[in-house]
Amino acid sequence: MSNTLTTKNGKPRATVAASDPKIPNLTPEQLEEFGDELDAIRQRILADLGEEDAAYIRKIVKRQQQFEIAGRALFYLPPAWPLAVAALSVSKILENMEIGHNVMHGQYDWMGDPKLNSRIYDWDTMAPGENWKYGHNYIHHTYTNILGKDRDIGYGILRMDEDQKWRPYYLGNPLYAFLLMIFFEEGVALHDLEVDRIKTGERTWEETKKVGKPIIRKVRKQVLKDYVLFPALTGPFFLSTLAGNAVANIVRNIWSFNIIFCGHFPAGVATFTEEECENETRGHWYYRQLLGSANITGGKLFHIMSGNLSHQIEHHLFPDIPARRYPEAAVEVRALCEKYGIEYNTGGLTKQLWTVARKILRLSLPTRTRNTDPAPAAPADADLVAA
Amino acid sequence: MGTITTKLLGSKAVAALTSPHGVDRYLEMFNPMWAATEVRARVVSIHRENPDAVGSAPVATLTLQPTSTWRGHRAGQYVQVGVELPGSARRMTRCFSISSAASLPGERITLTIRANDEGQVSKFLVNAQPGQMLHLSQAEGEFTLHESAATPTNNHLVMISGGSGITPVMAQIRTLLRDGYDGRANRKVTFIHFARSEQDQIFAEELAAVAEGDNHIDVHLHYGDATFSEFELRRLVPDFKNTDTWACGPGGLIELIRAAYGEENPRLRVEFFKPPAFSTGAAGGDVSFTRSGESAENTGATLLEQAEALGLKPEFGCRMGICFSCVKTKTDGTVRNVLTGEESSLPDEEVRICVTSPVGDCSIDL
Ligand code: FES
Repeated sequence: MSNTLTTKNGKPRATVAASDPKIPNLTPEQLEEFGDELDAIRQRILADLGEEDAAYIRKIVKRQQQFEIAGRALFYLPPAWPLAVAALSVSKILENMEIGHNVMHGQYDWMGDPKLNSRIYDWDTMAPGENWKYGHNYIHHTYTNILGKDRDIGYGILRMDEDQKWRPYYLGNPLYAFLLMIFFEEGVALHDLEVDRIKTGERTWEETKKVGKPIIRKVRKQVLKDYVLFPALTGPFFLSTLAGNAVANIVRNIWSFNIIFCGHFPAGVATFTEEECENETRGHWYYRQLLGSANITGGKLFHIMSGNLSHQIEHHLFPDIPARRYPEAAVEVRALCEKYGIEYNTGGLTKQLWTVARKILRLSLPTRTRNTDPAPAAPADADLVAA
Repeated sequence: MGTITTKLLGSKAVAALTSPHGVDRYLEMFNPMWAATEVRARVVSIHRENPDAVGSAPVATLTLQPTSTWRGHRAGQYVQVGVELPGSARRMTRCFSISSAASLPGERITLTIRANDEGQVSKFLVNAQPGQMLHLSQAEGEFTLHESAATPTNNHLVMISGGSGITPVMAQIRTLLRDGYDGRANRKVTFIHFARSEQDQIFAEELAAVAEGDNHIDVHLHYGDATFSEFELRRLVPDFKNTDTWACGPGGLIELIRAAYGEENPRLRVEFFKPPAFSTGAAGGDVSFTRSGESAENTGATLLEQAEALGLKPEFGCRMGICFSCVKTKTDGTVRNVLTGEESSLPDEEVRICVTSPVGDCSIDL
């Protein structure tokens, strides 16, 4: 880290590396205090978990199943095809996001229900839960936005940060992003193979086989279910059911891709280097999570359909707290941000998406000037009001 | 549900259609008694066994109707019962011996449960209402009779129980009398039981009837301070060391019986309940990693660090409590969550060992 500056009124101020807004501009003491305050929020919510949270997730599961059954059944009625696809898409989105993603984070482990346990649950996508949990819960959530460590930066395909060195390959950035969106499910499944790291020799074939077998098994099951058995069950409507299932899967892909890309790639989100995060304290870790994530504003239904990942900031601060609690945590987190002068990155879906799209386009070309994004940290002349 | 429906719902095709969640997740939505692989049960009735007991915990027998997925049980086995306690939404799972005679698939069973002071689950069950749904495991345990009651033999069997340990033994006696020819056990059975007091004796009437009947079973009941004595057993069964014996009761009783039979005597089968471990509330004590057989003095560090210090290599990821890679089962003792400071003494609790440190004695399945 760098030198400690002092504000006009003599209060200790940010540690700032003049040109690099990514470096935490809080003193170690402030960081610690900041961490303690977040811990307190976390603890208060954890202590309050109970019947309401259990009833909520069970209700979501029930709704999801109703949509699923309705969707599968409506394929027997050809004129209702759009309805069937819609119901099945909603079911898949709910299952992947508010249920699958969150349950596999261990958010409901405290209930002791094997059906909602992170170690047992597997979701309705081609990515085997076991692989995904390693790459996501451990690597992505621990090393969030650290270049070279967080494999979710660009998923090993895209250039999503200036500090990723440009190569002619990245001219295809927008195309790759589009394809990843359409085939997001397949992309997430293959992501854990870390193909890029096999090429560089960082990963052995043995390791790859261990990750690859479950993928093959899972893909086979998903294909059998959605593209063979259910279509076959509708007899003469085989093709229309097959097409419907494919569309539902793609609708889900597009939706989750967009929500997830709005979580870490809108303008103003910071990335970090490994050196910056060496011997990181808990306070600094919280700080990095905050700077490395962005929220999307919206109504209640929107939050549910996004698995509350519209509260990506709170999710990254408290990944193991039931997601339905993020809105209430957000109120306090925002207040904390104001207190410490940290930017709280939030905006409507269109605004966030637009900046993501711009970034994808811009980074397809070599970077000329650095930091064209607005600085993520507090503006340099802002006073920092501590405590 | 009929067996054909059960078979169909349990089939590979249905599993493929409902992958990756399994069919039970959908069936339960329609009717809690429908299941293809999971076992659940409805409480049919509850019978208080010791209504007059003063100063001792209430005991009740619950009659359960399991789902058609129940595979039946052999006398002496136990079952894991899971309930969501009101107000907490947390499912707790405990083991209880089955007190009814051996059952066939789908048949009703009974559990006889003492509402221990510390036992939230047993208290809840003893006071449950008919209609309450429970989560069950299949029957488990090897504390079973190896011979068929229907075939008379010359073998002499010894059963010794103490307190609530009478439950699985009762299941065995009931099975022998039910399945044996002519309502008799058709082999010599010596049954010795120790209870706190006569008022506290559960199954008292049935035991009296068994004692009186001409059924090849000798019943010896001891109350109050009487404890097991080898001398007494030798008087009843001179060659007890070479006699097939089933013993179930508190740890102390089992220790005495084991000493009498000699270490590793294959004729002796035991089942005992552990006294709950009470925490000293301070660091110190011993941490044991039961699977690997390692144990050491508790240094107060996290369980993950202590395990690593002993040369164990448990799986981990973030080491900060967010990824759940390191979850293990704490079988006994008290632990503190180092992030929240919260302490917990629940048995068989899943903990993230990277953010959990033991308070006093503690056992981890690792
Ligand atoms: S190692 Fe990640 S939760 Fe323990």
